[in-house]
Amino acid sequence: MKPIIQVKDVYYKYTNQQDELTAALDGVSLSIHEGEFVAIIGHNGSGKSTLAKHFNALLQPASGDVYVKGMNTKDEEQVWSIRQVAGMVFQNPDNQLVATIVEEDVAFGPENLGLPPGEIRLRVDRALESVRMSDFAQSAPHYLSGGQKQRIAIAGVIAMRPEIIILDEPTAMLDPSGRKEVMDTVHYLNKNEGITIVHITHFMEEAIQADRVVVMEEGKIILDGPPREVFRQVETLKQIGLDVPQVVELAFDLNREGFSIPGDPINIEEMVNILCR
Amino acid sequence: MLKDITIGQYYPSDSPIHRLDPRTKLVITFLFIVIIFFVRYYSGYLFILAFMALTIAFSKIPFKYILKGLKPLLFIILLTFFINIFFTPGETTLFTFWFVRVTEEGLRQGLFMTLRLVFLVTGTSLLTLTTSPIALTDGIELLLKPLTAIRFPSHELAMMMTIALRFIPTLLEETDKIMKAQMARGADFESGNLIQRAKSLIPLLVPLFISAFRRADELAMAMEARCYRGGDSRTRMKVLTMGSLDLAAFAVTAAMIASVLLNTYL
Repeated sequence: MKPIIQVKDVYYKYTNQQDELTAALDGVSLSIHEGEFVAIIGHNGSGKSTLAKHFNALLQPASGDVYVKGMNTKDEEQVWSIRQVAGMVFQNPDNQLVATIVEEDVAFGPENLGLPPGEIRLRVDRALESVRMSDFAQSAPHYLSGGQKQRIAIAGVIAMRPEIIILDEPTAMLDPSGRKEVMDTVHYLNKNEGITIVHITHFMEEAIQADRVVVMEEGKIILDGPPREVFRQVETLKQIGLDVPQVVELAFDLNREGFSIPGDPINIEEMVNILCR
Repeated sequence: MLKDITIGQYYPSDSPIHRLDPRTKLVITFLFIVIIFFVRYYSGYLFILAFMALTIAFSKIPFKYILKGLKPLLFIILLTFFINIFFTPGETTLFTFWFVRVTEEGLRQGLFMTLRLVFLVTGTSLLTLTTSPIALTDGIELLLKPLTAIRFPSHELAMMMTIALRFIPTLLEETDKIMKAQMARGADFESGNLIQRAKSLIPLLVPLFISAFRRADELAMAMEARCYRGGDSRTRMKVLTMGSLDLAAFAVTAAMIASVLLNTYL
């Protein structure tokens, strides 16, 4: 597999309220492959959102390079192609919908690409279908729930036919049922449409569903690997103030108390199987 | 609920008037406003009345619903009526009441002006009643497009209107939320004189403005992420097309205009 996003030794600084230069990204290198589902975790200010905004040229590195499908994000002429390839969904569902009618909003992206009207219509209907929101095509966004609004935002991105979707804490403002709706949609797109997913979150339960977990702290990547391997490092994670999934915590505590829990379970099912053996 | 306020009081239906191209309706409304000022005799209003009756009948909007739109303007309409009665110079006194002298000319003028106002208001409200805000914005953008030649920002104007319409319910909801939060902490929005009440709005408006700016910032970023780069290379999903219905509407309007002009100048 070839990498679809390549981050090479990227530094990014911003001035904080005290006029001091702070490093938001401190030498980050990362490769994301086609079809992968990557979760990026880390607490507030760890640089995970800043990193995500580098993936579609909303931010440009101070030094180092970011390549999306071989295109450098510093190349001004490629910016729009990069943003078409790498779509982004943001945290607040209210602040990313543009139009007063759902289907008009989904059409916003393709309209910006300058596609012919018939093609836009086709893509809008298809996109609404894949997030299962076709019934709401004529609704006004403010009558929808948070989870539904986020699915519309995802549809708006899908209609641009991206190869990567970057989700910047899309579930942070949702209730548990809305969170499930959004996660189901994202997993569906990853499995059935082969879209590469970069999912930024602070919910550990969402991170364990990914193929790969990247942990960030103070602008650096400190852990990177499959969820089972990353969450094995319970002490490292606790040290930087991150939670681990409940099951992992339970296994860790049981092991420490002398019970033997083999195989590093990360979800409830695995735990149940181990305990009932 | 604050959320349920409909802007522009759109009345959804599938009537021929609703199906007209928004550009047609905008142009006709504009012509209608102009022609009203050309009416000189009462008989001229007959054509206006016939035209409006036809439109209302075709629009399938209940007459009561349209009358409701006049209610908030009742005061201005009555004021116009009485001012014209009292201040129009005339000779034939009908009756004198205390120091007020009502003349026949005054009464005529008052009634004439009142009718003009009523027709103006109902005629223009028919536009917003039969056209959804989004169609209206599209119509305005397309009608103003020729003006881009003299650097008039027609696309930007339409985009601003769309976003404003999109965020009105969101901001109303937020106002409601902030108001309740402030009331829970003992804020009083209802008592005191005008100045005190205006002052009590400050703790409501400051957070509202701050959040509106934050929203604008995030929305701008989301729009850029979706490849928005102004109106130049943009296409639209729904293309407005004029059909035989629009032609018919223009024909009827032309007949009405001709009749009014003949009535006035012949």
